[in-house]
Amino acid sequence: MNTEIIGIIVQVVLLVILSFPLGKYIAKVYKGEKVWSDFMRPVEKLIFRVSGINPEKEMDWKQFLKSLLILNLFWFVWGMVLLVIQGYLPLNPDGNIGQTAHQAFNTCISFMVNCNEQHYSGETNLTYFTQLFVIMLFQFVTAATGMAAMAGMMKAFSRKTTKTIGNFWHYLVISVTRILLPLSLVVGFILITQGVPMGFDGKMEVTTVEGVEQAISQGPAAAIVPIKQLGTNGGGYYGVNSSHPLENPTYLSNMVECMSILIIPMAMVLAFGFYLRRRKLGISMYCVMLFAYLLGIGINSYQELGGNPRIDEMNIAQDHGAMEGKEIRLDAGGTALWSVTTTVTSNGSVNGMHDSIMPLSGMIAMLNMQTNTWFGGIGVGWMNYFTFVIIAVFISGLMVGRTPEFLGHKVEAKEMKIASIVALLHPFVILVGTALAAYLFVHAPEFVASEGGWLNNPGYHGLSEMLYEISSCAANNGSGFEGLGDNTWFWNVTCGFVLILSRFIPIIGQVAIAGIMAQKKYIPETNGTLKTDTATFGVMTFAVIVIVAALAFFPAHALSTLAEHFIL
Amino acid sequence: MKNLLKSFRITIAFCVLLSVGYILVLWIFAQVFAPGKGGNVETLTLDGKVVGAANVGQTFTDATHFWGRPSMAGDGYDGTSSAGSNKGATNEEYLAEVETRVDSFLAAHPYLSREEVPAEMVTASASGLDPHITPESAYVQVKRVADARHMSEDDVRAIVDECVEQPLLGILGTAKVNVLKLNIALEEVQK
Repeated sequence: MNTEIIGIIVQVVLLVILSFPLGKYIAKVYKGEKVWSDFMRPVEKLIFRVSGINPEKEMDWKQFLKSLLILNLFWFVWGMVLLVIQGYLPLNPDGNIGQTAHQAFNTCISFMVNCNEQHYSGETNLTYFTQLFVIMLFQFVTAATGMAAMAGMMKAFSRKTTKTIGNFWHYLVISVTRILLPLSLVVGFILITQGVPMGFDGKMEVTTVEGVEQAISQGPAAAIVPIKQLGTNGGGYYGVNSSHPLENPTYLSNMVECMSILIIPMAMVLAFGFYLRRRKLGISMYCVMLFAYLLGIGINSYQELGGNPRIDEMNIAQDHGAMEGKEIRLDAGGTALWSVTTTVTSNGSVNGMHDSIMPLSGMIAMLNMQTNTWFGGIGVGWMNYFTFVIIAVFISGLMVGRTPEFLGHKVEAKEMKIASIVALLHPFVILVGTALAAYLFVHAPEFVASEGGWLNNPGYHGLSEMLYEISSCAANNGSGFEGLGDNTWFWNVTCGFVLILSRFIPIIGQVAIAGIMAQKKYIPETNGTLKTDTATFGVMTFAVIVIVAALAFFPAHALSTLAEHFIL
Repeated sequence: MKNLLKSFRITIAFCVLLSVGYILVLWIFAQVFAPGKGGNVETLTLDGKVVGAANVGQTFTDATHFWGRPSMAGDGYDGTSSAGSNKGATNEEYLAEVETRVDSFLAAHPYLSREEVPAEMVTASASGLDPHITPESAYVQVKRVADARHMSEDDVRAIVDECVEQPLLGILGTAKVNVLKLNIALEEVQK
């Protein structure tokens, strides 16, 4: 077997092995049990004292969401201000200027919602100050926001009947101090030894062997890359993200970064099972997601390592797969694995250019974002899956004639309505957004031309570029078919709104469902209860996701990725 | 309003913990363990002069040097504006460009048959700064470099052999050659 494939297998196996102890640890952290990281307690106490927060105070789901939303609103203002005035702030050795208002609007929202879509290039449109006090800060705290929301939901379901779901601030802080910060430090240490820069000097100027002047951007990349990966953020330090040889210099750094994408989302699903003492339920959800993930890896590896048939027709030696938009040290297999990993989660970092991957790989990447439930963004990914579980419970309940229940609480019309809105919002936003863009492209050519023409590729692939962009925003993913000229008024504003809708409506809906269900009377499990931790129910949920989420996109793919595949 | 004030205060607290504390820990670690001086980019020298970054590719066009992959970063290997081509697999314009690259590669290496041209030498990397080529891509250039330098092919091939980096632990990923390191090794032999 060739070494590219062994590399893929080793990474996936390691991920699965590591996710179990981490899942146990995360469950303990949120339960408040004794863990090794208890030495962080004084730091947490200090944070609470400085912020005037009482972490013991229990909140009901409405207070919980209110704190979450106001905090996010504050971050939006914080980010906007700093990005626009960054030219006047310290730590700017390269003399970069402030962002324009619509660019800052997009950047700020995109990082606030944990999407990290980048319509700018880090080397020229950010300063070291904004990299650290906006970008990196947001990468920690917005990831922690998603985790806190999930922690609240776990607490809601762990009690028989409850009005309160824990303290939002408490979950937010411990997500940072106990999970994100320690893991980021470990990953950061490894990356530094591999050659990722961690200094504060400006560009390095060298004269090359052939006497050409070359300038190389550097800076505190090794601090940002770990949390970018671990927090399912994905916003790279450099414009080309982890395909940049300074952001990802070796195969080892690539393994660590790629595994960092998925390790917490995987562990969170298991943590849910451990937290509720329903191991089997956690593992059955995990298996459904893992199945979808492995399926994607299989297809993309086959496509990328197999190479581009059009290049084969040129009769040259394509032994290493489709290498357009890929790096030698990361190889085609490494990029295939990453392309699936980054889209099953809402990470969105890339280690190769997705615009140049094979059409079917592009389709898998898009479908991952369009279903947006396989592991998903940390915290919120599991919550999306939960939406479909509610729907699956309801449908199976009707099919076998039992009252739909989940974890001892009845699922009734109100929860179903919220779940349906959340589930349907996603395809609605993506398809309407893409349709709008495609409509403008055809019927308002002057407008599109005034925005630089948008597309980098003609034909079916052009539609793929637009579909990918909106899917990526709606999934809060942030990767792109980067050929799309997206730093324009239309894309900045459209994506900004898509991002907000797709981040906050699901979070509000899902926490609300959990909060409402938790208030209901607890019904002990009997023989008549629909079992949700069985393989049958796993298959059922998978089918619901495919039917509701994936199939909605079939016509769009028929016109873009599939059409392109058939003309290869 | 109370929540807004809390938001402000907790954001400041996070700034101190993360944007200052976390950064400081990593920065101090980098001062000791980073391969580059002071946590900056690791450099390579030739005749005591810095000629480039170990992990960043640079343009080589001279017949006496091994060449790297086509680059879309600025005007080619621009270390401040990394970029890929973002061309789709069926884009005719792009395929024509690859065809042109095959022709010029063959023109520079007339001893090669078309089937021997490695695809990675005619397709652009993701970052435009890829420092590596595959060992095959290096070996097909050996004759040209040897002729231009008036060295024997065996001598040049021996230098390439030494520069081939095996996959991680021998089993993960691909073998590769760092083009800048290879060219420096070549220059040093023929001083």
